[in-house]
Amino acid sequence: MLAEMITRLFERSLDDTAQAAARGGQWLPALWAEVEEMGLPLALLTEDQGGFGLSLAEAGEALRLLGSHAMPLPVAETMAANQLLAAAGLPLAAGPAGLARADDLTISNGRLTSTVARVAWGEQLDCLALAVGDKLYRVPRSGWSVAEAGTALNFHPRPSLALDWAVDAEAALPWCPLAGGATVRTYQIAGALEAALDLTLSHTATRVQFGKPLQKNQVVQHELAKLAGELACATAAADLAGEALARRDVLGVAAGSLRAREAAGAGASIATQMHGAIGFTREHRLHLYTTSLWTWRDEFGGQVSWAKLLGSAAIAAGGPGYWPMVTAL
Amino acid sequence: MTAIPFPAPPADSAEVVALRAEFRAFLDQQLASRTPRQRSDNWYGYDRGFSRAMGQAGYLGMTWPKQYGGHERSAFERAVIVEECLAAGAPVGAHWIADRQSGPSILKFGTEAQKQAFLPRIAAGELSFGIGMSEPDSGSDLAATRTKAVKDGDVYRVTGTKVWTSFAHEADYVILFCRTSGTPADRHMGTSQLLVDLKNTPGLTIKPIIDLAGQHHFNEMHFEDAIVPADMLLGEEGQGWDQVMSELAFERSGPERFLSSIELMVQLIEVLKGRDSDAAQITVGRVTARLAVLRRLSRSVAGMLQEHQNANLQAAIVKDVGALFEQALPEIARELVDAEADPRAAGAYASVLANIVHNAPSWSLRGGTREILRGIIARGLGTR
Repeated sequence: MLAEMITRLFERSLDDTAQAAARGGQWLPALWAEVEEMGLPLALLTEDQGGFGLSLAEAGEALRLLGSHAMPLPVAETMAANQLLAAAGLPLAAGPAGLARADDLTISNGRLTSTVARVAWGEQLDCLALAVGDKLYRVPRSGWSVAEAGTALNFHPRPSLALDWAVDAEAALPWCPLAGGATVRTYQIAGALEAALDLTLSHTATRVQFGKPLQKNQVVQHELAKLAGELACATAAADLAGEALARRDVLGVAAGSLRAREAAGAGASIATQMHGAIGFTREHRLHLYTTSLWTWRDEFGGQVSWAKLLGSAAIAAGGPGYWPMVTAL
Repeated sequence: MTAIPFPAPPADSAEVVALRAEFRAFLDQQLASRTPRQRSDNWYGYDRGFSRAMGQAGYLGMTWPKQYGGHERSAFERAVIVEECLAAGAPVGAHWIADRQSGPSILKFGTEAQKQAFLPRIAAGELSFGIGMSEPDSGSDLAATRTKAVKDGDVYRVTGTKVWTSFAHEADYVILFCRTSGTPADRHMGTSQLLVDLKNTPGLTIKPIIDLAGQHHFNEMHFEDAIVPADMLLGEEGQGWDQVMSELAFERSGPERFLSSIELMVQLIEVLKGRDSDAAQITVGRVTARLAVLRRLSRSVAGMLQEHQNANLQAAIVKDVGALFEQALPEIARELVDAEADPRAAGAYASVLANIVHNAPSWSLRGGTREILRGIIARGLGTR
C-alpha cells in the first residue's frame, strides 16, 4: 500500500529534470512537500510515537524504493533521525533532518561547539540528531553554519557544519546515529542494485552486437548471474541490519552494512561494464544508481571502521566462540 | 523491478533456541577428541558411531513423520542441527546424503514398503546412502546418462558406470539415476531411479577414485548385468528426471554450501587472537559479514521450501555465492598469516590449511558447477 503510493509519487514528481537539478545542488521543495504530506519522514516510528506502526518488512520496502528511484532528498536520513529522536524522547524533526556523531566536541557554559563533517543537504535541514558520548541532542538549524562545502559522488551536497548552539535539552542516547544511518543506507543500496540489475537486463536484451542481443552470450549471462548474487546479498544484508537495529545490536548492523557496502561496489562495476560506454554517460539513467551506490557505501562510518568493530569482536570471541557469535548476528 | 525475493526467515522460536543449546552440548560431548584437522573434513568425515549416536538422540529424519522413525519437527529445527554439525566439523558423512536427500526422496516417491524398510533405519543412523548420478560421459549434462536398466520379470538388469560416488565403498545404498527406456538422445525422457544395495548386488563392482589430496571418498561403480529387484524402483518408471530435479533446491541451498572451510576460520582466529592487527580485524570483519549474510540467505531459502515455494533460482544463487566464499577463505588466510600448509603436520593451522587448499577446488564442482549454476540464475532472470 505505502509502496504503491511511493512509487506513484516518484513516477509523478521525480523526473530526470529533478534529478539533474539535485545534482546541481538544488533543493527540491515541491518534492519534499509531497514526501512530507505522505508522512514518509515518520515511516520508522511506532504508532505510539506518532508513526504508522509499519512492520520491518514494510519499512524496508519503503527504504528500498528510495534507493531504486535514487531519491535526491535526505528522506532516509530524516526517517532514521526521527526514529532516533523518538526513541530518545526528543521532539521530532519539523522538516528534513540529518544524523551524526561528534567526536571532538566541547560544551562550555551550556554552549555546544563542534564541527560535523559532511552532512547530506546540511544547509536545508530543519535539525540534526547529534550524538555526543552517550547523549543525544536535537540541534536546530539556527545552531549551525556551513563551515565548508562538500560534494558527494552523486553530486548532492555534503557540507561540513560548524555548530554553535545553546543546549536546551539532552537525552540518553538510544543507539549510535551511525548505526541508524548505516542501516537505512543498506536498504537504499539494495534498492539501487535492484534498479541497476533491471537496467542491465533491459540493456542487454535490446542491445544487439554480432547479430544477437548481448544477453544471448554466455559470458554476459554469467555476469548477470553475479550481479543477481550481489543484489541477493545486499537485500539480505539490509534485512539483517534492520532486524539488528531493532534489537539495538550494533554488531549485526555492522555485518549487514559491510556486506551491502561490498555489494554496492561489486554490483555497480558489473552493471556499468554490461552497459558498455553508454553506462559511463549522463545520458543513460544508470549513472544515477552507480554514483549513488559509490556515495552511500562510504557514509555513516566507513568500511574500515565498521569492519574493525566486527572483526575485533570476532577475534575476541576466539576460535570456539566464533560460530556462536555468527549465529547471534 | 527485477526483485529476487529472499523473504525474511522467521525469528528463532523458543524451541529452536533450546534445541540449539541442547545440541551444542551433545556435540561438545561427542566431538571432544576430534582434532582440528579431522574437523576440517567437514561433511567428508565418516563415522558410523557418530551417526548412530545422532539417530539414537533423535537428530536424524527430523522432519519426517513419526510412523517412519522421524520426529515431525520443522525445517528450521533440522537446519539448526545441520549447521551446528557443519560448524563444529562433526563427521556426518555416514548419514549426510541419506538424511538430506535420499530419505526425503523415498518419503516423497517411495512405496509404503520402501518407506518402512528404509526410513526408520536412516533415522536411526544405521543406513548410509550415496548418490548415483554422474557418469564418465555425463557430468553437468545429467540428461546424457547412459546407464541402462532393463526390466526382466521381477528384476532390472543394470549395465553402465557411475563416477564420483562419495563413500560407495562404505555406504549401504545408492539411488541410481538410469535409463529404463530409449537412448541418451531422448534426454530426460525414459529415466528412472533405482534403490541399489551396495553390499549385495550381483554384477556390481566398486573401485576407488583417489582425489588430489590422496584421499578416498570417490568411487567408480561399475554395473555389469547387475541384478536389482524390480520393487526397488523409486517412484514411477520414466519420471526419474523430475524426481531428481525436485531434490536440487534442497541440495543447493543448505549451509554445506558456505561452511566447508569454517574450521580454517576457527583456526585462523585462534592464531590471530592476542596478536591481531588492524588488517586482521578488518579482514575478519568483512569475512564475518559475508558469512552472516550467506547464512541469512540460506535460512531464507529454507523458509521458502518449508512453504513449498519454488526456490530454484534462490538456491542456485546461494550455492554460487557460497562456493565463492568458502573457496576465498584459504586465500584470505594466506594474506594474514605466513604459514606453509602441510597435510601431515601435527600443528592445527598448517594441517587444516592444507586440507582446505586441497579440497576447495571441488566446492564449485559438486552439486552443480559454477557454470551450470550461473546458467540457471541467468535463465531465472529471463535471459534464455
